[in-house]
Amino acid sequence: MQVTARRFKKNAHGALQDDNIQKAFSKVKGGFPIARAKAAGELPEFDALRDQARDLKNHILDNLDYYLEYFEEQVLLQGGKVHWCSSYADARAAVLEICRAAEAKTVTKGKSMITEEMALNDHLAANGIEPIETDLGEYIIQLAHEYPSHIIAPALHKTKDQVSDLFHQHHEKYGFSERLTDPQALVNEARRILRDKYVAADVGITGANFLIAETGSTVIVTNEGNGDLTQSLPKTHIAVSSIEKVVPTLEDASLFLRLLARSATGQEMSVYTTFSTGPRRTDDIDGPANFHVVLVDSGRSDLLGTNKQDLLRCLKCGACMNHCPVYQAVGGHSYGWVYPGPIGAALNPHMVGLEEARHLPSASTFCGRCEEVCPVRIPLPKIMRHWREEAFQAQVTPKPERWGIGLWAFFAKRPALYRPLTRFAARSLKIMGGRKGVIRRLPLLKGWTDVRDFPAPQGKTFMEQWKKQQRESR
Amino acid sequence: MTDPDTRKNVALFVTCLVDLNRPSVAFAALRLLEAANCTIVVPEMQTCCGQIAYNSGDKKSTKDIARAVIRAFQGFDYVVAPSGSCAGMIRHHYAELFEDDDTIMVEVAALSERTYELTSFLHDVCGYHPEGIKYPATLTYHDSCSSLREMKVRDQPRALLSAVDGLELREAEDAAACCGFGGTFCLKYSEISESMVDTKIDNLLKSGAETLAAGDLGCLMNIAGRLKRRGERMKVLHVAEILAGMGDEPGLGEESR
Repeated sequence: MQVTARRFKKNAHGALQDDNIQKAFSKVKGGFPIARAKAAGELPEFDALRDQARDLKNHILDNLDYYLEYFEEQVLLQGGKVHWCSSYADARAAVLEICRAAEAKTVTKGKSMITEEMALNDHLAANGIEPIETDLGEYIIQLAHEYPSHIIAPALHKTKDQVSDLFHQHHEKYGFSERLTDPQALVNEARRILRDKYVAADVGITGANFLIAETGSTVIVTNEGNGDLTQSLPKTHIAVSSIEKVVPTLEDASLFLRLLARSATGQEMSVYTTFSTGPRRTDDIDGPANFHVVLVDSGRSDLLGTNKQDLLRCLKCGACMNHCPVYQAVGGHSYGWVYPGPIGAALNPHMVGLEEARHLPSASTFCGRCEEVCPVRIPLPKIMRHWREEAFQAQVTPKPERWGIGLWAFFAKRPALYRPLTRFAARSLKIMGGRKGVIRRLPLLKGWTDVRDFPAPQGKTFMEQWKKQQRESR
Repeated sequence: MTDPDTRKNVALFVTCLVDLNRPSVAFAALRLLEAANCTIVVPEMQTCCGQIAYNSGDKKSTKDIARAVIRAFQGFDYVVAPSGSCAGMIRHHYAELFEDDDTIMVEVAALSERTYELTSFLHDVCGYHPEGIKYPATLTYHDSCSSLREMKVRDQPRALLSAVDGLELREAEDAAACCGFGGTFCLKYSEISESMVDTKIDNLLKSGAETLAAGDLGCLMNIAGRLKRRGERMKVLHVAEILAGMGDEPGLGEESR
C-alpha cells in the first residue's frame, strides 16, 4: 500500500469535509466504548486481569526467543512447518512458495493485520494467484481497492449505500443483477458468493491472535465464522503471524481472551474462537493436509529493550481508537498506514520512519483515554512523547516550532525577563480585546484564531498585582 | 478555627495561563485556601511548569524549567495549582523527566507527593466546604483530561460546587471527552481541534446549563473562544471563581466592565 502518513494534515482536512466519513466515525463513540464499559463493569476482576496481562506480556517479551523456539518445536511435533521471516519481502516469498507448491489458483483469507502490513494480496495477485477476503468488512474494502480504516471494523468508513453499489457492480458476474439495499440481504448475497470460494480455494490464509507455545497451536477469534472455513476447507492452511503473538500456555491464552473481546466490542467472547494444531490427523473429520506458520518480525525485534517495547504487548483490540477523539474526528485513513488511532500514532513511526510519520504522534492532545482503556496498559501517550523527543532532537520537528519553543523557554527560565514580557503581553492583548473582551485575529496565534476567538486577558498579570498587594500590606 | 498550629503551609503554583490571562483565578484560589485554614506563599521565582516544552519534545528546556520549579517550591508542606494539568506535570512527569538523574530524584519525589490540584486539595486534604457562597444558576462541569485521568479528580469539584447556594449541577453527555485544547495541539492541528471542541460544545449546550466551569484554564480558553466564535451565550468561569464567590466576574471572553 502507498504510505500517506506524511500528508496526515491534508488527509485529515479531507476527512473533516467528508460527510460520510464524519457520520461513520462519529458513530464509533456511541457504540464500542459503551459496550466496552458495560462488559468491563460486569467483570469485577477486569482491571486485575489487565495488570496480569501486562505483566505476562512483559515476561513473554523478555523471553521471546525462548517461547518462539518452544512454539516451533511443538508445531513440528504436530506435523506443521514454521517459516521464520525477518522482513515483509521474506514473508511474502514464503507464502508465495507455499501457494505455488499447492498449485494454488485462489486463496481465501481470514482477517489479518500482518498481511495488510505485508501487502500480501497485491503480491499474490501480481503472481497470478487470486486472494479472496472472507471477513465481510475486508471483502467490502477489497472490492473497493481500499485498506482498513479500523483494525477490527475495516469497512467502518463505508456507508450502506456504497456497499450496495459495490456489490451491485461486482456481483453481477455471479448472476446477482439486483441492487440490494437491505443489510441482511447484502450479507446473504456475500455469503452465497463466498461459500463457493471457500470450497474452491486451494490455500486458506489466516492471521493469528495468539500462538500457543506449549501446544504449537495458532488461535483466531472471529464473529463471522469465516476464519474456520478459511482454515479448515482448503488443503493447505497458512497462519501468518507477527512474532509477539506467542503466549506460553493455553491457560495464558485464556487470560488474554477474557480481555480481548471485552475491550474490542464489549462481547464476553467473540462468537468463534478457533484453535489450529497441526494438519489433519487420520481420525480428524476435517482440516488441512498441510499446516504452515509464517512468523514475521519486520522491525519488531528492534523494539525490544527500547523505550517503545511496550507497544509489542498490543492485542490488536482497537479499544484505543474506539476511545480516541482524534480518530473519531479524522477517521482511520488519515493516518496513512495500516494502523490508525493511538496505536498507529505510536507504532507507525517505527514501521514507516519518523520523518514520514512525524505528524501522527504529534497530533494528540494526550487526553489519555487510550491508555485508560488499553487491556495491556500500553502507555501510548508516553510513547508518542518519546517520538516527539526524537523528532525534536533529530530536527524532524519543523524549525518554527522548535524555535518558538526555544524562545519561550528562554524567557520561562529567566523570571526577571519573563515578568516584563508577560506584563507587556497582558496589557497589549487586553487593549486588542477592547470592550468586547475577545480578539478575533492574532497573526502570531493564527492556528488559534482561525477557528476560535481569543479571550482577552484581564489586563495585569497576577504576579504584578500580587507583588503590589504585598508591598502595600507591609 | 484559625488555630495557627493546624494551619497548612501552602505554596501557590499560579500557572502561566492564569498569571497572564486570568489572575482572578489565582485570587480566587488564595481566598479559598485562606478559608480552608492555609498559610499561603506565592514563590516569586515561578514562571511555568514546563509542560509546553515537554509535550513538544524539548526535553532539555523542560529539565531546566523543572529544576527552577523544584528550587522555587522547596520547603513547603503543599504545592497547590488551580490546574490539573500543571499539577499533573509536577506530580507525575517530573519523575519521568529525571528518571536517570539520581542527584535530584529525592527532591523530585518530595515535590511530587506534595503537589495537588486545587479542588482535590480543598476537598481531600482540607476537608473544606464552601459556606455562604451563592451562584444561582445551572452549571455544567467539564473534566479536564489531566485532572480526570492523571490526578483522579472527578467527584471533588462536584462535591464543592454542590455546597454552593442556588447552584444546580447538570452533567453533560460525555463529560470525560477531551475538549481539543491539548496545548500546542490546538494551534498545530486547529481543524481537528475545532471538530473536537464543537463536539464538546454541542454536548455542553445540550445539558441546558447556563454556565460552564472547569478546573483548567487551557480548556476554558479553548471552549470559551469557540463558543464566542459560534455566537453562543454560555458563561465560562474557572471553578475556583465560583467557589470563592467571584462568580459575578465577567466570564472568559466577555465584555469587561
